Amino acid sequence: MKTYYNPEDLKNFGKIGEFQKPLADKFFDYYGEVFAEGALTAREKSLIALAVAHTIQCPYCIDAYTTDTMEKGCDQEQMMEAVHVAAAIRGGASLVHATQMMNKVKEISM
Amino acid sequence: MKSLKAQDHLLSSSEAEIKLLESDRSGFSGDRFAKELEKTDLFPLKPTRIEILQINLGKMCNQLCRHCHVDAGPDRKEIMGQATMQECLEVIKSHKIATIDLTGGAPEMNPYFRWFVEAIRAIDPEVTLIVRCNLTIILANPKYHDLPEFYRKHRIEIASSLPYFTAMKTDSQRGDGVFDKSIKALKLLNEQGYGIEGTGLVLNLVYNPSGAFMPAAQSGLEAEFKKRLTDKFGITFNSLFTITNLPISRFLEYLLRSNNYESYMEKLIDSFNPAAAKGVMCRNTISVGWDGYLYDCDFNQMLELKVNSKDSRHIRDWNERSLTEREIIVKNHCFGCTAGAGSSCGGTTT
Repeated sequence: MKTYYNPEDLKNFGKIGEFQKPLADKFFDYYGEVFAEGALTAREKSLIALAVAHTIQCPYCIDAYTTDTMEKGCDQEQMMEAVHVAAAIRGGASLVHATQMMNKVKEISM
Repeated sequence: MKSLKAQDHLLSSSEAEIKLLESDRSGFSGDRFAKELEKTDLFPLKPTRIEILQINLGKMCNQLCRHCHVDAGPDRKEIMGQATMQECLEVIKSHKIATIDLTGGAPEMNPYFRWFVEAIRAIDPEVTLIVRCNLTIILANPKYHDLPEFYRKHRIEIASSLPYFTAMKTDSQRGDGVFDKSIKALKLLNEQGYGIEGTGLVLNLVYNPSGAFMPAAQSGLEAEFKKRLTDKFGITFNSLFTITNLPISRFLEYLLRSNNYESYMEKLIDSFNPAAAKGVMCRNTISVGWDGYLYDCDFNQMLELKVNSKDSRHIRDWNERSLTEREIIVKNHCFGCTAGAGSSCGGTTT
């Protein structure tokens, strides 16, 4: 069955330079730097990436960072908490706009 | 659950395992590892010198871990006899070997275990003597309850598997209830002074992934383990060794059953690290099987690949020169020891 997403394509991510090498090289260099140990540990960065992957709902990223967080020694509980952080921010982002709705309600109400 | 051998499983045959590992089902057929090694200056792989004698006292174990490369368990009856132990003692007596590493199964289940430890200590009071203790054996039967005192008395270094600092991950790999029992056993070892600074009693933990993924970086995970085990249980230990699961025996069976075999092997091959290959444990270790035969490592032992030495294939025929000059047998399972930061019984190799 043909689908828009093919798990095998994830392995070919590194080949995007085939169509435009200089930009791909810059991106992958940057990507590598971002995920290196820094003020945040590589493990913390991986958990952030897992949460963001769920926010942007990228199946490739979810597969990649589920494996990566496990390879960084995280367990299911920690990974699910990271996803809840994403969900809380995402839900909160909707709810905080309720203040705009409330302001408008008050503005146009007697 | 039973061992693969008791199930008469195809993968209980080392021949079938090797055939599978050399098949082309994911494009890494034949002697792919040897070819990879040829690209470095390490082929043929040769020993540096013999520093560790790892002795497998038998396949009998009180646990049935889902990843066990020994296929150990309560239904395995192969254990080292006293005569073979005596032959090991002759080698220990006549050759200066820095470390004696006792493994299994659960080595403590061998009825001659204590006799053997005492005999080794009588020969060499200073040799580093490691016992790979699965922790739960200490609580398995009243006759084992005094093991922590016995270990302390003989200044044994303990290396114990603990796949994680939570029950869920530990029990999923090692069996229901193993985590709680392991925590109790670790507390008993701490009470004897093991893992406590200044006592000189070494307690190391061994982490290996509970699934088809690579281990975490050793130092970062060690810090995490130390914090979690101290904060929650008041447990301390010396070092954490991270080990990669090798695709043999029960872990191989799991990889095939879960459709992870190809992707796991690809990952191991993609992560081949020549620096890790340089430090592999087979270069300074000889592994002795329960029946006295000699192997390059515990994994080759389980695949029944005896050392490539004409005149020194059994402990009774120990010939250090011949063993040091041999070529180490490598197959595709060896990718497990050379991936990433490398893997050995003492953790990473880089």
